[in-house]
Amino acid sequence: MSKNLLIALAVLAAALVAPFFVYPVTLMTILCFIVFACSFNLLLGYTGLLCFGHAMFFGSAGYITGWVVKNWGLTPELGILTGALFSAGLGFLVGLVAVKKSGISFAMITFAIAQFVYFILLQSSFTGGEDGMQNIPRKDVLGLIDVTSGFSYYYVVLAITVAAVAFFYRVVHSPFGDILKAIRDNDARVESLGFKPERFKLLALVLSAGLAGLAGGMKATVFQFATLTDVSFPISSEVIIMTLLGGLGTLTGPMVGAAFIIWLNEHLATLGEWALISQGVILLLVIMFLRRGIVGELNAWIRARRAK
Amino acid sequence: MKTDPTGKPGLVIEDLHGWYAESKVLHGMQFDVREGEVLTLIGRNGAGKTSTLRAIMGIMRKRSGSIRFQGEELIRKRIYEIARKGLAYCPEERAIFASLNVKENLALPPVLRPGGVSTEELLSTFPNLQRRASSPGTKLSGGEQQMLAIARILRTGSRYLLLDEPSEGLAPVVVKEIGELILKLKAQGFTIILVEQNLRFARSVADRHVVVEHGHVVDILTADEIRQDLARVKTYLGV
Amino acid sequence: MFDFVSPQLLAGQLLIGLINGSFYAMLSMGLAIIFGLMNVVNFAHGAQYMLGAFVAWLGLNYLGIPYWGSLIIAPIVVGAFGMLLERVILRPLQHLDHLYALLATYALALIIEGLIRQRYGSTGLPYDSPITGGLRLDFMFLPWYRLWVVGFSVVTCIGAWLLIEHTKLGAYLRAANERPDIVESFGINVPRMITLTYGFGVGLAALSGVLAAPIYQVSPSMGSGLMITVFAVVVIGGIGSIMGAVVTGYILGLAEALTKVFYPEGASTVVFVVMIAVLLMKPNGLFSSSEKA
Repeated sequence: MSKNLLIALAVLAAALVAPFFVYPVTLMTILCFIVFACSFNLLLGYTGLLCFGHAMFFGSAGYITGWVVKNWGLTPELGILTGALFSAGLGFLVGLVAVKKSGISFAMITFAIAQFVYFILLQSSFTGGEDGMQNIPRKDVLGLIDVTSGFSYYYVVLAITVAAVAFFYRVVHSPFGDILKAIRDNDARVESLGFKPERFKLLALVLSAGLAGLAGGMKATVFQFATLTDVSFPISSEVIIMTLLGGLGTLTGPMVGAAFIIWLNEHLATLGEWALISQGVILLLVIMFLRRGIVGELNAWIRARRAK
Repeated sequence: MKTDPTGKPGLVIEDLHGWYAESKVLHGMQFDVREGEVLTLIGRNGAGKTSTLRAIMGIMRKRSGSIRFQGEELIRKRIYEIARKGLAYCPEERAIFASLNVKENLALPPVLRPGGVSTEELLSTFPNLQRRASSPGTKLSGGEQQMLAIARILRTGSRYLLLDEPSEGLAPVVVKEIGELILKLKAQGFTIILVEQNLRFARSVADRHVVVEHGHVVDILTADEIRQDLARVKTYLGV
Repeated sequence: MFDFVSPQLLAGQLLIGLINGSFYAMLSMGLAIIFGLMNVVNFAHGAQYMLGAFVAWLGLNYLGIPYWGSLIIAPIVVGAFGMLLERVILRPLQHLDHLYALLATYALALIIEGLIRQRYGSTGLPYDSPITGGLRLDFMFLPWYRLWVVGFSVVTCIGAWLLIEHTKLGAYLRAANERPDIVESFGINVPRMITLTYGFGVGLAALSGVLAAPIYQVSPSMGSGLMITVFAVVVIGGIGSIMGAVVTGYILGLAEALTKVFYPEGASTVVFVVMIAVLLMKPNGLFSSSEKA
């Protein structure tokens, strides 16, 4: 345990000095996707629900955050919070239709609803359609801290990320998290114990959507720009790949996966189609040969060595 | 492996282990089945009787040890290959197909080897099924479904029948009919492995009884032995 | 409201709706057949449809194979490719959570679409219609080729339905949908049946792709765009229901067309509105019979 704590402190220390060495916007993108991947992991890794349109929570929160910051003059942190709340509400609505289902039906329904949300946002006037919502201002955080530079805003984003991950950690290690895992492993048994799996699934979906919204809102303030891309299916697909690659149902896996895929995207950006092709290849390889993901395999390997 | 002078072992199970996902349910099952006999697997719920049938048939995929059928090793074979060697399986839940009518259910299994019974012949043997040939398979009564499930596998021409609790949940009259059917099949030279909880029914049809506990064989009794020492069996079954 | 809609516009849109519906029906039927036996939603279906169109285009431009030849060759080539994918990728995942197989087919779609786009670019490639001319009615012009597509799709759907409901092969398929292990215990080679069924479903997608080539342009994204609607069709019809897939396919094609006439802003979302409404009233879809979905 103390060893894990040491590692966590080391990672945090590295995160604190990172913007001195790496372009802050890249780092902030990674942080946004870490939160997004955690939210996805809460559903698939801990509840066994494959949301095949998670971008609807991520991207629409971006617009909401952008809109309230622009039109109501909110500070970034309040804007992000509004976006997260909106997505949690959207998650609740999706849940009303979808949580009676599990497995493939849930995946199909969330896929279709996400497309629905995409089309609505495409046609709405407030989103700026294909051009996106531009020039989202970034006021002083809490009305005190000037964050016009990426360097200083990085620390705000880092703080929100740490808080979000801590929240995620608390949720999956709470009695509620145990029930979610039980639902994932055996839905019927949970029901026979007198719990209503649907209610727990709904709450998991709301929390997950809220976290995804937090990530999306954050991204909109980082880039000062909200775009249709963030609501589109490729983003839903990217978060699946990040989570599986890092390790489904592990705490740190999705973080590793998010960092790796963002890093890969930056390097393959100039190579056109190869970015998507390589994502497909990675996903396929993970499914065929590395189903526990990088972190999951690493954990298994360490456990096997300890057992010797 | 000892052999009985009256019947050569057609199916020899040795050190059979089996798993459902990660949990191990068979721990070295060991018994043989002689040509032409009715053999029951008896034991408490969860002892591993059904699992043994499923392992023999290959439906339980993760298994090790040896299953030799007429001298040939089956442990690495797939379900359909095992069926083609001459083993047929009737599951406890009967698995009558809801999307097929009675006649389609009956006609579904292909005739794999000489001796397979034609659909017409089966329908005349089971007049109840004849009458309801075009109704959906799952609309039959429990007893009729059981008859259909057994009749169906006779089509393949397999001479070894693995029947899982055919008497379960049926009225005494119907249980009696099933018993008569089993004895009739035996008289026709079929070899039958029966999983049973109903000791009275098992005693009425079987030549030998294999007692299963915690995934392995704890005793094998002949019909005579069981008659003389009923108390011993009842302790095994906890009745 | 009808006063403002000219019969030309209405008839023209209905024809487009019928054409789109034909493709929805054929593609969602293939998905339903595959899902019934394998419990896998084939996310590569759109990519395989697109491959069908590309095989036809390549055949015409490099080997001089005419449309009518491609109608036979493309489904065979792409179907064989599908069988290879089933053996190498889907079979090892068969006994795991079905979500893995779903994600694997999605990964395949990403790879196939990406490679084609890398090689041939994103712009549509033209494919000439093999039948020119058409029927001139009072209020509209009806191209022969579109009539051919609608007729072909109806015949294919009815044919596949008859095959499944009224033949021995279909009985095996229906039984294996319920209990593959029991069907296999009758001595039927179910693994081979699964490979062939997947190949058949994929071939059907490729066939639709060839039919589509002269109507829509041949482009890498022609499949993924269509599949968004097709997946909604599958959910509405009831996942795994063949009848549901076909009927819902045509109905939604027409519903989209009518929306385009009377409320153009809603044309791209009407399918999803219908889906949500159906899910709220009949959670298993309109035609679902099995509870396994």
